[in-house]
Amino acid sequence: MSKDPQSLRGAVQAKTKFRDKFTAWQLHHRQSARESLGRILQSPLASLMTCLVVAIALALPTTLLVALNNLQILGDSWDANPKISVFINVRAREEAVRQLQKDLQAFAEINDVEYISPEQALQEFQAMSGFGEILGFLDENPLPPTLVVTPVSSIVEPASLKTLAMKIGEKPIVDTVDLDMDWVRRLQELMVLGRKIVTALAGLLSLGVLLSLGNTIRLAIESRKEEIIITKLVGGSNGFVRRPFLYSGAWYGFLGGVVACILVFAGFSSIKGTVANLAAAYQSQFFLQGLGFSGNLGLLAVSTILGLMGAWLAVGRHLSEIEPR
Amino acid sequence: MIEFSNVSKRYPTGHEALSRVNLNVGEDEMVFLTGHSGAGKSTLMKLIMLMERPSAGQVVIGGRNLNRMRAGQIPLHRRQVGVVFQNHQLLFDRNVFENVALPLRIAGYGSREIARRVRAALDKVSLLDREKVNPITLSGGEQQRVGIARAVVNKPPLLLADEPTGNLDPELSAEIMKLFRQFNEVGVTILIASHDVELIRAMDCRVLSLSQGQLVYDGFLV
Ligand SMILES: Nc1ncnc2c1ncn2[C@@H]1O[C@H](COP(=O)(O)OP(=O)(O)O)[C@@H](O)[C@H]1O
Ligand SMILES: [Mg+2]
Repeated sequence: MSKDPQSLRGAVQAKTKFRDKFTAWQLHHRQSARESLGRILQSPLASLMTCLVVAIALALPTTLLVALNNLQILGDSWDANPKISVFINVRAREEAVRQLQKDLQAFAEINDVEYISPEQALQEFQAMSGFGEILGFLDENPLPPTLVVTPVSSIVEPASLKTLAMKIGEKPIVDTVDLDMDWVRRLQELMVLGRKIVTALAGLLSLGVLLSLGNTIRLAIESRKEEIIITKLVGGSNGFVRRPFLYSGAWYGFLGGVVACILVFAGFSSIKGTVANLAAAYQSQFFLQGLGFSGNLGLLAVSTILGLMGAWLAVGRHLSEIEPR
Repeated sequence: MIEFSNVSKRYPTGHEALSRVNLNVGEDEMVFLTGHSGAGKSTLMKLIMLMERPSAGQVVIGGRNLNRMRAGQIPLHRRQVGVVFQNHQLLFDRNVFENVALPLRIAGYGSREIARRVRAALDKVSLLDREKVNPITLSGGEQQRVGIARAVVNKPPLLLADEPTGNLDPELSAEIMKLFRQFNEVGVTILIASHDVELIRAMDCRVLSLSQGQLVYDGFLV
C-alpha cells in the first residue's frame, strides 16, 4: 500500500515540505538573533545601562559566593584533626604528668598523647615568636607542662569531643582543657549560614534581573506595536512575532553576564596580590581562587537563561494582547 | 471563494454590525462592497481575516470553514489572503523593499527568492526604482501602491482592499483600480470596500451593497 507511486509522492512531498519549514524556521532564528543584537547595539547607551543592571545584580552574589569558597578552602587546609590541649598545673611534679600521660593513653577514645615540657614549650615559643629576649628577663618559666591529646579518628562530633575533654578535665592535676577544634567548627557553621544568606540574596537579585529585563522587553514590545499588528495581519504566527523579543532578552542577559564576569574578575584581580602577600606572611600555600572557567561559563548560562525567562514573561503577558483590529 | 451563510456579528457593545448576511463570491471574481459609513463593510472583511469571529452563521473561505479554525491555524489562513487596510499601513522604520518583503519573511522564503518576488511585485506597481527609500518619503498614492505590492507579493488567491482609494484624488484612484483589475485578470479574487459610487460605476463590476448590516443589493449597477 505504501509502495504505490501516489502515496510515495505524497510522502516525499510531505518530507520536502517539512524540510522547507525547518529551514525557514532555522533561518528566522538566525535572523532574529542577528536583528535583535543589532537593535541592542543601535542604542548603545541605553543597552549598556540595562546590561549594567544585570551585571551588578549578578556580580554581587557571585563575588560573595567565590569569597565563601575561598574561606572554605582556607578552612579545609587547616588540620581538620581536632586536638585537645591539656594544660597541667605548674606545681605538678613531672612524674605525675608522665603518669597522667600513661593513664590517658589507656583511654579507648584516645589515639596519642604527646608530652610537651615547659622547657620545650619555651624553646618553641622563643624560636617562633622572636620574643626570646623579653622572655629572657623572666627569671622563672611561666609556661605550664602540656599534654596534646589526639582522639581516635572516629571521634569527630563536637559533643563527644566535649565529653572527652570534660573527662580529662576531672583529673586532679589538670588546670584547663582547650578544645582547639572549636573555631574551625564555628567557621564551618558561619560558612553554612553565609551560603544560605548569599543564596537568598542571589535569588532576590535574580528576581530583580528577571523583572527589570521583563520591563525592558515590555517597552520594546510597546514601541513595536504597529509592526507586531501588521506582522500578525499578514500571517505571522505568535512564535514568529515572539522570537526576536526572546532573543533580545537572551542577548541582554548574556551581555550582562559578560560584564558581570569582567566585574568579578577585576574585583578578585585587584586583591589577589594583597592576599598572596598576606598568605606568604603566614607561611600559607593559600592563594585566591577566582571564578574559574566553569564558573564563568555557569554565570553566563545563568544570566542568559534569566534574560530569556524575563523576556518570556513579558512576551507571554503583552504579546497576545496585541492583535489587529 | 467567499461564502457567508446567515452571518451576524454583534460587537460586545451590543451593536449588531452585520445581520444574517448571505453571499457567495466565486473564484476569479472582482467584487465591490459598498454602503454608507458604518454599514458593516470593514466588519465583513475582518470576519474574512479572522480579526473578528461571527456571532452567528458560517464563513467559508477557499473551502476552509473559518468557524472551525483554531487560533494556531489563523496565521496560515491569513497568508492566503492579501490585505490592503486603511489603518494598517506601512512601517516607516524600514525601506520599501523590507515592507514588501515582510509576508515572504514570515512564510520563510530564502533571501534570493525574496528579492526576486519583491522586485516582481514592485515592478507591477511601477515602484521598482523606489525599493531603497523609506516609504515616509513617498506620496499617498505611492504608499498605497507599496501596500498593494505587499498584499500581492505572496501571490494570495484572494485580495481584500478596505477603502483603498479613500484619500486619493480620482486620477490616482483610477490608477489603483487599474492595478486591481490587472491582478484580477491573472486569477486573483478581489473584494474592494468603497463608497465611491462614481468609481464603482466606472469599473462595471458586481456590487454587494450593505445597509445597516444587511445585504440589500447584489448585482451589477445599471
Ligand atoms: N470593535 C468594535 N466594537 C464595537 N462596535 C464596532 C466595532 N467596530 C465597528 N463597530 C460598529 O459596527 C458598525 C459597522 O462598522 P464598520 O464595519 O467599520 O462599518 P464600515 O466599514 O462600513 O464603515 C459601526 O456602527 C461601528 O460603530
Ligand atoms: Mg470601514
